[in-house]
Amino acid sequence: MEEGKNISQSLQESAAAYSIIHEKFGSAISDFDANETMPFFEVVDTSLWTEIALFMREHPKLQFNYMACLTGVDYPAEEKLGIICNFESLALLNHKLAVKVKCARNGGSIPSVACVWHTANWHEREAYDMFGMLFTGHPELKRILCPDDWEGYPLRKDYKVQDQYHGIKVPY
Amino acid sequence: MQELDTAGLGSVRVTRQSDTVVILEKDLATEQMVLAMGPQHPSTHGVLKLECLTDGEVITQAEPYLGYLHRCFEKCCENVDYPAVVPYTDRLDYLAGMNSEFSYAITVEKLLDIEIPRRVEFIRVIVAELNRIASHLVAIGTYGIDLGAFTPFLFCFRDREIILGLLEWASGARMLYNYIWVGGLAYDVPTDFLKRVKEFVTYFRPKARELSELLTENEIFVKRTLGIGIMPADVAINYGWSGPMLRGSGVKWDLRRNDPYSIYPELDFKVPVPDGKLSVIGDCLSRHLVRAWEMDESLKIIEQCIDKMPSAEGFNPRSAIPKRIRPKAGEVYGRAENPRGELGFYIESDGKSTKPLRCKARSSCFVNLSAMKDLSKGQLIPDLVAIIGSIDIVLGEVDR
Repeated sequence: MEEGKNISQSLQESAAAYSIIHEKFGSAISDFDANETMPFFEVVDTSLWTEIALFMREHPKLQFNYMACLTGVDYPAEEKLGIICNFESLALLNHKLAVKVKCARNGGSIPSVACVWHTANWHEREAYDMFGMLFTGHPELKRILCPDDWEGYPLRKDYKVQDQYHGIKVPY
Repeated sequence: MQELDTAGLGSVRVTRQSDTVVILEKDLATEQMVLAMGPQHPSTHGVLKLECLTDGEVITQAEPYLGYLHRCFEKCCENVDYPAVVPYTDRLDYLAGMNSEFSYAITVEKLLDIEIPRRVEFIRVIVAELNRIASHLVAIGTYGIDLGAFTPFLFCFRDREIILGLLEWASGARMLYNYIWVGGLAYDVPTDFLKRVKEFVTYFRPKARELSELLTENEIFVKRTLGIGIMPADVAINYGWSGPMLRGSGVKWDLRRNDPYSIYPELDFKVPVPDGKLSVIGDCLSRHLVRAWEMDESLKIIEQCIDKMPSAEGFNPRSAIPKRIRPKAGEVYGRAENPRGELGFYIESDGKSTKPLRCKARSSCFVNLSAMKDLSKGQLIPDLVAIIGSIDIVLGEVDR
């Protein structure tokens, strides 16, 4: 019972943080998705993403100084790719919030937030490596886990592995 | 001795004649050299390549190249059922398999509506803390080897062997356990297991002290690590550091305390952070000290768990495991405090399938390593070895 109470309290904190961002950016961000497991909102106007990110880090009542995770996701039904970022105000305000940003599946791009959180640098490289969305303004957008000359983006749902890599048969 | 202003002269060659310094040559051109460290290099702890741009002994830039161990963990997860992901998580951080399983299990359980038996929670914490000690022993032992101390390594592996023996007794495997399942455990612990663990705790306490006498109070070791690779707290947070790395920078942040899971809120343990008396806060020595102190705290946790543990009567470790794990639709980001930091899982379920729609592992080593470029700038080559060792990377988790 007590645990359930805790969760809803953290949800309230996330909702309060969301309302501050919503006040500033209005319709550039979507409504708040108040689920218990991972409360989030989506950035509708993706061109504002870096600005929103900086606001989230700098606002005294938000102070999201810690990006816990950045996950790339493929949405084949919507013809979109996206990222999900989990933020937290580490050792300061201790609230959490997740943000989703989506872009077109072919040649889509998302503004980079590597200038706001250093940790986003490698996370974005990984998302690019696995899904192929571009991050505009990223200091060095190149593959990180796969070799530089690898074909295709492995974590897309329709990914077909290449037949040969430097004369080596790939599917075994 | 007269001080010489060499600003604007470039590199100079000087000689001392009694009290004055005489410049023999100036504007000496220094050549930058590319030095590839790894992928096969003992001090990179696996297959990591560092491409260093060096100016003499000084590193001007070190660029890590990874992916040599990439095994498509996340793609594999999308193709197997939820319980079948557990063995894969062992192979992320293979030095702390129990902790990885623990992290994955609690994440999936957030999407399921099940109540975990209390005894299961206690056993999970005991094996996870045992594994944490084993993992820190490897970290400390190999760190000693990196810096030229061989004896601590042998001591560490001798004691780690006992832990691996205990975990093998419980799970059947030495490193890749597949023991903590979603909703329960594979088996209950064997009879007398807790007695043996208690014996180990009594045995290991003085050994840990002996280890710290060998390393932490060793002049050479301290000289090699004190004040090297300093990371300020705010930059560490911005880099997403977690675990002993973050605490080494003086941030009192432990997920077992600050985002508690399982039965950790009931247990009494400290979160050790350096106070700047023995080390410079944020340097390599601080990170080493945090690991050494954490082993003591883990011993405390294990002792408390053994005392508080509910009896095995009528206990079935698999009683809460659903026949078919099909979580409700939704997304979750769950995490646990691993020996190397925050291991998080992002899991998306569509509510229909028994396979995750997306399962991402947020690796602590991957994130901690991303600061390497900034951390190594302007350091000497031997100090680079000290810095990599202090990050304590496991390439299995970096590359996934």
